[in-house]
Amino acid sequence: MTTVALKPATMAQALTRAMRDAMAADPTVHVMGEDVGTLGGVFRVTDGLAKEFGEDRCTDTPLAEAGILGTAVGMAMYGLRPVVEMQFDAFAYPAFEQLISHVARMRNRTRGAMPLPITVRVPYGGGIGGVEHHSDSSEAYYMATPGLHVVTPATVADAYGLLRAAIASDDPVVFLEPKRLYWSKDSWNPDRPTDVEPIGRAVVRRSGRSATLITYGPSVPVCLEAAEAAQAEGWDLEVVDLRSLVPFDDETVCASVRRTGRAVVVHESGGYGGPGGEIAARVTERCFHHLEAPVLRVAGFDIPYPPPMLERHHLPGVDRILDAVGRLQWEAEG
Amino acid sequence: MTVMEQRGAYRPSPPPAWQPRTDPAPLLPDAEPYRVLGTETAAKADPGLLRRLYAELVRGRRYNTQATALTKQGRLAVYPSSTGQEACEVAAALVLEDRDWLFPSYRDTLAAVARGLDPVQALTLLRGDWHTGYDPREHRVAPLCTPLATQLPHAVGLAHAARLKGDDVVALAMVGDGGSSEGDFHEALNFAAVWQAPVVFLVQNNGFAISVPLAKQTAAPSLAHKAVGYGMPGRLVDGNDAAAVHEVLAAAVRRAREGGGPTLVEAITYRVEAHTNADDATRYRGDAEVETWRQHDPIALLEHELTTRGLLDDDAIQAARDAAETMAADLRERMNQDPELDPMDLFAHVYAEPTPQLREQQAQLRAELAAEQEGAH
Ligand SMILES: Cc1ncc(C[n+]2csc(CCOP(=O)(O)OP(=O)(O)O)c2C)c(N)n1
Repeated sequence: MTTVALKPATMAQALTRAMRDAMAADPTVHVMGEDVGTLGGVFRVTDGLAKEFGEDRCTDTPLAEAGILGTAVGMAMYGLRPVVEMQFDAFAYPAFEQLISHVARMRNRTRGAMPLPITVRVPYGGGIGGVEHHSDSSEAYYMATPGLHVVTPATVADAYGLLRAAIASDDPVVFLEPKRLYWSKDSWNPDRPTDVEPIGRAVVRRSGRSATLITYGPSVPVCLEAAEAAQAEGWDLEVVDLRSLVPFDDETVCASVRRTGRAVVVHESGGYGGPGGEIAARVTERCFHHLEAPVLRVAGFDIPYPPPMLERHHLPGVDRILDAVGRLQWEAEG
Repeated sequence: MTVMEQRGAYRPSPPPAWQPRTDPAPLLPDAEPYRVLGTETAAKADPGLLRRLYAELVRGRRYNTQATALTKQGRLAVYPSSTGQEACEVAAALVLEDRDWLFPSYRDTLAAVARGLDPVQALTLLRGDWHTGYDPREHRVAPLCTPLATQLPHAVGLAHAARLKGDDVVALAMVGDGGSSEGDFHEALNFAAVWQAPVVFLVQNNGFAISVPLAKQTAAPSLAHKAVGYGMPGRLVDGNDAAAVHEVLAAAVRRAREGGGPTLVEAITYRVEAHTNADDATRYRGDAEVETWRQHDPIALLEHELTTRGLLDDDAIQAARDAAETMAADLRERMNQDPELDPMDLFAHVYAEPTPQLREQQAQLRAELAAEQEGAH
C-alpha cells in the first residue's frame, strides 16, 4: 500500500496548480486575461504561469472583456484551448455578448463542426468586503444559457480536479470560483490523478437522515456548519454539494432527497429567478411522493448586492438555514 | 486571383462623392505633451487661477494621504490613491461651471471633492456603507464608476440630452489608460463625434492598468491619437502640469459649449502609489521609475513656478498647508465615527415602491434583527 502525501493547500494554489499541470500536459492550453501575467492575477491564481510558460501562453491582455473572450473564440476556432480570466464577477458582463451569442452556441449552430473548448474563470460571490461590482453571484445568467457548462468548486481538491476537467472539456465551461474560499485551506494530494472529477457529479459532503441541504460553492461550508449546529436540535442533516450546476446531477440529489424526505436549497444569489427555483422544481417533479414538506429555499435577498457594511444581513448564514430547517416540520404545523 | 491579390492592381481612390468629413490635420495631437509651467506661456497664465490650483493640489495631496491612512485603520475598505495625479483631478473639477457635469471613474474621488462634494460623502463607496454617498444631481457628479469606461456613454447621453433641451451644459468624463481599451470607450467616442455632443473625455494615462503597462494596452502613438479616427481633436498634455491641464481642458470645454463637439484629452501622468492599498506594485515596476516621476511632482512644479515668479510666498504656502490640514483633521474625525446604518435600507431603494416580495424579505430581516437584539440582552 502506498501512502499518499497530503499537504495543506489553499483553493487558490490548487487552481494555479491545475492550470500549470494542464499547460504542461497540453501545449494548446493558453491562459489570458487582465493582469494574469507579471502580477499573477489580482488573486494570484495565475502566479508563476507566465514565468514558466512564457507570455505567449499566459498573456496580459488589453483591458477589454469582450475582446478577451472574443479573441478566445477565434483562438479556439484555430485549435487552442483558451483559459480566460474575468477579473471579478461583475466585470464579466461586457463579455456577455460573446459568451451568449457565440461561445455558448458555436457547436450547435455549426452542427457540431466547431466546438469551442474555452474555460471562462470567474471569481464570484460576496463575503470579502468588496465594494460595488465585486461580489455578484451571476450563476443564474450562465445557467439560463444553453450550451455552457457551469461549474463551481467548494473544496481545494475539487478546485483542482474540476478545473482540470473544465480545461479538458471540449465544451465551453464557465468556471465559477467562490472568491471567499480562495484562501481556505485543506489537506490535499496534488499528485493523485483520480482527483480529476468528471463535470456533472454532485457529492454528498455529509450524510444525514432528517433533511438534505442542497448547495454549492461558497455556501457549502456554511451548510456544513449549519448541519453541525442542527444536531443540537435533533436534526441530522445531509449536505449535497452540487459542484456542477450545468449539467445537473439529478441522480445524486434525488437519491438524497428520497432518503431524507425534506430539502432546503441554499445559495447566495437572489432567490427570485435564481438557481434554487430550478432546483426545487426538479426535486419536486422527481421526488414528490417522497417529500414530507415543500422544498424550501434560503437565498440572498432580491436586491443588488449590498455594500460591504451591510452584506452580512444579505448573505444566507447558519441561522437563516436553521430557520428554514425548522420550517420543514410541515406535518406538525398542519 | 482577385483584384486585391494582383500586385499594384488595387489603387485605393475615394469614390467620386467622397469628402473627408473633417480635415484631419487639426485633429492630430502634438507630438509632445503640452506644457505651461517652466515655459514662456506661463507668464500669460492668470496668477489667481494658478494660486487656486496650487491650494487645491495641496489639499488634494493631503486628502490622498489621509484616505490612505484611513485604510490602514480599517476605516476604508479600499482606497485607490491619485497621488501624483492631483493636477488632472483638480483641473477637471475647476474647469467646469456649476451647471456642467462630471463623470468620474472609481479613482477620481479627488475630482469630486474639488468640485465641492463633502469629502466624507465622496468616500462612502470606498468605506462601504453605501454604493454612492451623494445625490448626483446636487453637485452634477455622476456616481464614482467602478466598471471601467461604462460611464463614458452616460456622459455622451447626458450632454446630448442637455443640448436637445437647449441647455449649454458640458459633460467631462474621466477614464484611465486601461479603460480606453474597453468597447464602451470606442462607442462613447463614436457617438459623441457623430452627435457632436458637448463632451470632453479626459484620459489620465498614469502608465499602468493595475500591473499592465501602456505598451500592452495600445499600439497607438498616443491615446490622444485615437480621437482622429472618430473625427474629433485629440490633445496631449503633461498631466502633472496643472496650468497646462487646466488650459487644455478649458479650451475643450469652451469648444464643446460653443457647439464645436467633443475633444479627447490625454494627460500623461503617473500613479505614484500602488493601484490600491491592496496592491503590491513591486511585482510589476521598479523604484527608479517611480522616483523619476516623484521628481516631476505636480505640486513641486507649480510651487516652483509660483515662487520664482513671486506669486507665492512662504505665508501663502503655509496657508495652503494649514487649510489642507484642517480638511484632513475634519475628515479623520468624521471618518472615525461609525456610520449609522439601517439594514432596512437594503430594501428601500431597489424600486420606487418595494415589491410585495421585498416587503416580505424586509419583514423577515426585521424579525431576525429583533431576535438578535433580544439574544443580546
Ligand atoms: C470592466 C472592468 N474590468 C475590470 C475591472 C477591474 N479593474 C479595476 S481597476 C483596473 C485597472 C484600471 O486601469 P486604468 O483604466 O488605467 O485606470 P487606473 O487604475 O490606472 O486609474 C481593473 C482592471 C473593472 N473595474 N472594470
